[in-house]
Amino acid sequence: MDRKARDAEWTSLMRSAIAGDQGAYRRLLSELSPVLRGVARRGFAGVGVPREDVEDVVQDALLAIHLKRHTWDQTMPLGPWVMAIVRNKMIDDLRRRGRRPEVPVDLNEFEFEGEDQQASIDAHDVERVLGRLSGKNRDIVQSISIDGQSARDVAQRLGMSEVAVRVALHRSLKALADTYQEKKL
Amino acid sequence: MKTDDLINALAADAKSVEPPIARTVAIAVGIGALISGLLFLGVLGVRDNFAESMVSSLRFVFKFVLTLSLAIPAYVLVRGLSRPDFEPGKKLWWLALAPALLFIAILLEMVSVPADQWHARMIGHNSIPCLVVIPLLSLAPLAAVLYALHQGAPANPAIAGAVGGLLSAGIAATLYASHCPDDSPLFLAAWYTIGTVVMTAIGALAGSRFLRW
Repeated sequence: MDRKARDAEWTSLMRSAIAGDQGAYRRLLSELSPVLRGVARRGFAGVGVPREDVEDVVQDALLAIHLKRHTWDQTMPLGPWVMAIVRNKMIDDLRRRGRRPEVPVDLNEFEFEGEDQQASIDAHDVERVLGRLSGKNRDIVQSISIDGQSARDVAQRLGMSEVAVRVALHRSLKALADTYQEKKL
Repeated sequence: MKTDDLINALAADAKSVEPPIARTVAIAVGIGALISGLLFLGVLGVRDNFAESMVSSLRFVFKFVLTLSLAIPAYVLVRGLSRPDFEPGKKLWWLALAPALLFIAILLEMVSVPADQWHARMIGHNSIPCLVVIPLLSLAPLAAVLYALHQGAPANPAIAGAVGGLLSAGIAATLYASHCPDDSPLFLAAWYTIGTVVMTAIGALAGSRFLRW
């Protein structure tokens, strides 16, 4: 699929996602993650960031895409917006490492290599950050993410309402992003 | 945690999306301006000959042309700067509109007023209140716009904060201009600009501190 067609597909997936289509959203994030990985790997290749650290940036960027998706203007293509997010996260990461935060990411360019073995590699930052959540919230995040349970199943198991589980999940994701941010200050 | 696991959690949270950022910016700026407007009307109010000046004094009308020529471009820019993919580029030149208008107005004033009156016009009657009131009336709009930008994802926090500061000063100056008895462009250049620069600097500092995401 060429770049333009792919961007058009992402754009329509994100529109559906914002309208509440969970399936479209999952597909979009799954398609974006290898692209983010490719961009981060190439951006970091020249500055000596270890390969295994790339995944932390990918996850940080995915969290930001999630929590900031209301800043995407639905009349614009999604690709440049995604690139702006990942560029910001790469700059933050380099700054944290005490390097000059200059990342050559062209907002209109998002080629990526097809390989995608890294999706199964653990990133450590989120893991560490999860440790800071309260026991119950950590349980909720892990059940839904790692064990792939639905919010309803988790709600039943914990004797909570489904809405309460969703709220707890959202707050926990925000807390994850905030903890990432704290490390940068 | 594996990235695919994280995606599970994010997808499960699909319904949590916030209102579009442009709407948040609009509402926040509206509320900030409203608070300052009510405060202004309650404490200072427009000057007694407001209606008369609006039709008879070009200098008085120009004050609003100037302050709005700052506030409106600043608002449009802030709305864009709340998005990470917004590239201001040449649009930042819109902010040169107010200084350019002021520059022209100063020239016209210097042509139409004898040189021995320039100094008196510049000092005016109300410089201290002007210096104090514009920053004070800027506070609510600045807080509101910083809140909105915090909900957004500005690519450059310091610039976004600075333009937010300009916007807040533009709103405050528009209100204060309707009260202030000094109408000469020389007065505006000397005193209104100080409050505006101060608010821009505060906005830039607050932005670089609070608008990282």
